[in-house]
Amino acid sequence: MLRYTLHRLLGAIPTLLLVIVLAFLMVHAAPGGPFDAERALPPEVAANIEAAYHLDEPLAKQLGRYVSGLLRGDLGPSFRYRDYTVAELIGTGFPLSLKIGLLAILLALMVGISSGTVAALRQGSMLDRIVMSFAMTGISIPVFVVAPVLVLLLAVKLQWLPAGWSGAPGAAKYILPVITLALPQIAYIARLTRASMIDVLGRDFIRTARAQGLGTKTIIRVHALKPAMLPVLSYMGPAIAAILTGSVVVEEVFGIPGLGQFFVRGALNRDYTLVLGIVIFYATLIIALNLIVDILYGVIDPRVRNE
Amino acid sequence: MHRHLLLLLVLSVVSACGGPDSAEPSLSVLNRGISSDPESLDAHKARSLQAADVLRDLGEGLVSFTATGELTPGAAASWDVSEDGLTYTFHLRADAKWSNGDAVTADHFVFGVERLVDPATAAFYAQFVSEISALEAVDDQTLLISLARPTPYLLSLLTHPATFPMHPGSIAEFGDSFARPGNLLSNGAYVLTEWIPGSVITMRRNEHYWNNANTAIDEVRHHIMTQEMTELSRYRAGEIDVTGSVPPDSFEQIKEEYGDQLHVSPYLNLYYYGYNLTKPPFKDSPELRQALSMAIDRELLVEKVTGRGETPAYSWVPPGTNNYEPTVFSYAPLNQEERNQIAQSLYKEAGYSEEHPLQLELRYNTSDTHRRIALAIQSMWRDALGVEVTLINEEFQVLLANIQGREITQVFRASWVGDYNDAHTFLSILQSDNAANIPGYRSEKYDALMQSAAEQVNLDRRRLYLEEAEREMLADHPAIPIYFYVSKHLVSPRVEGWGDNVLDYHYSHHLSIKAAE
Repeated sequence: MLRYTLHRLLGAIPTLLLVIVLAFLMVHAAPGGPFDAERALPPEVAANIEAAYHLDEPLAKQLGRYVSGLLRGDLGPSFRYRDYTVAELIGTGFPLSLKIGLLAILLALMVGISSGTVAALRQGSMLDRIVMSFAMTGISIPVFVVAPVLVLLLAVKLQWLPAGWSGAPGAAKYILPVITLALPQIAYIARLTRASMIDVLGRDFIRTARAQGLGTKTIIRVHALKPAMLPVLSYMGPAIAAILTGSVVVEEVFGIPGLGQFFVRGALNRDYTLVLGIVIFYATLIIALNLIVDILYGVIDPRVRNE
Repeated sequence: MHRHLLLLLVLSVVSACGGPDSAEPSLSVLNRGISSDPESLDAHKARSLQAADVLRDLGEGLVSFTATGELTPGAAASWDVSEDGLTYTFHLRADAKWSNGDAVTADHFVFGVERLVDPATAAFYAQFVSEISALEAVDDQTLLISLARPTPYLLSLLTHPATFPMHPGSIAEFGDSFARPGNLLSNGAYVLTEWIPGSVITMRRNEHYWNNANTAIDEVRHHIMTQEMTELSRYRAGEIDVTGSVPPDSFEQIKEEYGDQLHVSPYLNLYYYGYNLTKPPFKDSPELRQALSMAIDRELLVEKVTGRGETPAYSWVPPGTNNYEPTVFSYAPLNQEERNQIAQSLYKEAGYSEEHPLQLELRYNTSDTHRRIALAIQSMWRDALGVEVTLINEEFQVLLANIQGREITQVFRASWVGDYNDAHTFLSILQSDNAANIPGYRSEKYDALMQSAAEQVNLDRRRLYLEEAEREMLADHPAIPIYFYVSKHLVSPRVEGWGDNVLDYHYSHHLSIKAAE
């Protein structure tokens, strides 16, 4: 088992190295530099600043410097946030993005599955139609439209919730961003659940359960829910990806200092180290998650280990 | 079991969402919007206008501004100027203090300027004080500044954060992290307490500030909002008291809705199109440059396209500049029809015609306003002259790189904000050796006139040279001034003490919050 784990770990290193080199070359290939501004700098000043950030060195040397920093666990200073290191920015941004993303997924699962189930039970009824047209709308309206409308309604007109992030009290500021992010997923999960629940409810084993005199609640909870959840489960991968990318827009609209916003701003500002740091952070995260899954497979299924 | 687990998970995530707001209800708090994070709160590593706005709340130069933009004593209580205009003697306030209680002394200003120009600091504004030849701390409260040439805008320069004093002890102690919350000492009205990048910068009253007794607001929060629409929503919801800007799309509606909460005021900020003067077709073709400039109907543009009260630009230096009367294009008195006629003959003179039209590329950075202006100018040039314009929108950093490269650009969008209230901040950028001279304008006559102006002690004589230089330059048409920006803010009725001014500086310590009724 140890050999298998080690083998997997070593296999991840070249992948990560490739990501680092490619990302490094790509950010440096983008036209314009981090210190270009409309207020052009006198050449002497520009030279001083480039020297301070080693931008005057050949690219290969810069790459070497960067990688040797990485080996010491140093992601370097941010070029745009000159008082902060990249690690600090990721440290403040990621927990926020993660929290909002997790909450959105939980909300989407809870609301999506229950409304889908209700719709399936009352198939063809008024309630079913209302839920499904709501779901259709949720899927077709993009986040950057939903967000301002929700803000206008709930924050500006009714003043129930804060319109922005900074300085807003406690947990209330999470509500609008999480709803906005969850909405399209709720809609999708509701449709999936409904379809699969209708399918399951028509199966023989459900009829048997009914014949045994079990109540609808028990049938749903004990017998129907599990098989009906399979399509939803397999949708979780794409759902998480959608929530991660969707969070960029939500963070911009609500002014949330999450990782998505740092990534977009970093790319526009040519903040080389910040963009690289976030790419490497995400790549490591994904590789690590895959690695854990691989290792778990190994634990569960001995055949995998011996391959 | 599963249900409990889920519940536990939800609860734990929710409970991790931060506690209640910590503000004490009795504090007077001002919430302001800014459009981006400062690069740094080390005044020497900062660069953007937003950084300067935040720094002006934290630190104070020898000289400062009133709410309406008049110079007023800052850390210096008074000053004397020698007759030749080359030596300034500043008398510092005895009660000027840092936020830790240390006295602000003349040494700290000397140290600040020395650090600013030290190549090791790599300061963006390193050349900002190039007219200063020597600084000397005569004693703790007396500072002598010697100039290479009379620099009447010196006092205005000394209000800029780049020239604020620096506390040598704190820099020695904290090194690169001296400007972080908890470490940063300030000599202005407020002390930095928190900075969450991308979110908010919070500062508290500096109890040691010499004018603390007259500072009304206890806590200032600069909320960072990259989207103007977000800022507007938060203003509407009452979360922001002063906005940094106003979105262009809803301007008419806002004007109607908010009346005198909307402050629109002339601003020393020029929107212009630059020519690439180092390459054909614009190199050595003043006729063509003038023709294109004349064919732009600026009145129509500011009325129909930008529509926020901007002033059409027929000069390089904005009106409202201190001790200056901008000279305008000789064609300014004509109406657009007459201008177009002259433009057409100049266009022909330059060798173009209907059969042989000028084809050119116009580059601008991605923004809805820039796109609409470019579209309007494209059609004005087509209708008046028959020029075939290709619009190219580029990401800002790409456009800047192309402008600097001077290889592929022909006409490009640019702007210039005055660093101080003097014609010099606008005119100097077109001198041959200035890095900000992005069109690549080279005129010996212009440089000589600017040089003569710089040597004058008499303000009126200096002004005549500057005006002559501007007239000379305008006749060469190195660029097309299009309009002068206006500053735009929404200011809540509960905020008092607001003043509009051409530099668009709004110190929080001039403001106060009306008690709730």
